Amino acid sequence: MRYAPRRSGTPRWVLAAFIAALLGLSGARVALAGAVDPEGMADPVLQARYEVLIHELRCVQCENNSLADSDASVAADVRRQIRSMLQAGQSNEQIKAYLVSRYSEFILFKPETSWRNAWLWSLPGVLLVIGVLVAVRVIRQRATLIDNDDGDLSPP
Amino acid sequence: MKPRFLIPLGVFFGLVVVLAVGINHSRDVGVLKSPLVGHEIPDWELPVLTDPSKTLGSRELKGQWYVLNYWGAWCYACRVEHPTLLAAQREARVQIIGVDWVADNPDENAAALDLLARMGNPYRQVVVDRDGRTAIDLGVAAAPESFLVNPQGVIVYKEPGIITPESWQREFLSRLPPAPAHAGGS
Repeated sequence: MRYAPRRSGTPRWVLAAFIAALLGLSGARVALAGAVDPEGMADPVLQARYEVLIHELRCVQCENNSLADSDASVAADVRRQIRSMLQAGQSNEQIKAYLVSRYSEFILFKPETSWRNAWLWSLPGVLLVIGVLVAVRVIRQRATLIDNDDGDLSPP
Repeated sequence: MKPRFLIPLGVFFGLVVVLAVGINHSRDVGVLKSPLVGHEIPDWELPVLTDPSKTLGSRELKGQWYVLNYWGAWCYACRVEHPTLLAAQREARVQIIGVDWVADNPDENAAALDLLARMGNPYRQVVVDRDGRTAIDLGVAAAPESFLVNPQGVIVYKEPGIITPESWQREFLSRLPPAPAHAGGS
């Protein structure tokens, strides 16, 4: 291996072309992602709410896609439904409640904070407390080990 | 000496229980349980496939048992289900209303009529859901899906996929009032 700088290294223009191609590709991806949902809303305020909603709601057919990511026809239908409900002046909560009443809570990516879901939301906290308790015990034990150490390293 | 060696054993059996429950439910993963079961079916009214000037809807069907079956000519699984529906129609225990879900298929209605002509028509009537609005209102995610509706208009069962001869017996016929004696059959 030689690490000496070489005059005839990768030409600048190749690098530039490579970077341009990468940028172009990512641009194309963004364009593709946008192409799933060409329909938008004329009102920018409603459009912003629409964007939030379609990212928070699941496509019911292709479960791990959001409505925004899915080109399934049922997702397009649900998006259309959301647009018409937004236009009719319904709140985000009303729209979500309607879809939950039809498709169950499953359609929400983020579970509701309700008593029914309390165990789900409290689980990380409970696990943290258990972890802290275990850590405290282990640290205490180690501390007593050091206290009892008489420093004699020679075998008995 | 405390029996500390029992702790990992306990954790192990705890894990076994959790995983067993998980495996037991893995069949249900991805099956949406409809929140509408046990409630009145949302009002629907759709144009008839063979005569779009006429409509059929939940109000007209009040007082009768019916199965509402979402399907489409584009839907392969619906073709798998088709023979079961034809057999059910011959049994004549309950009327089956088909909903042709257009779902962006450009010539869905012609294709649907063609399919019924070739494979047989199990439906008392077929209506058309062109924009998918009724599908959303009924919580339909993917065809085929079927609702069993009682004379009060309440959804007593929802089949989230293909109806098989077994599930027709188990989930649909068992919920219907007993067949009149002269009807014979099973």
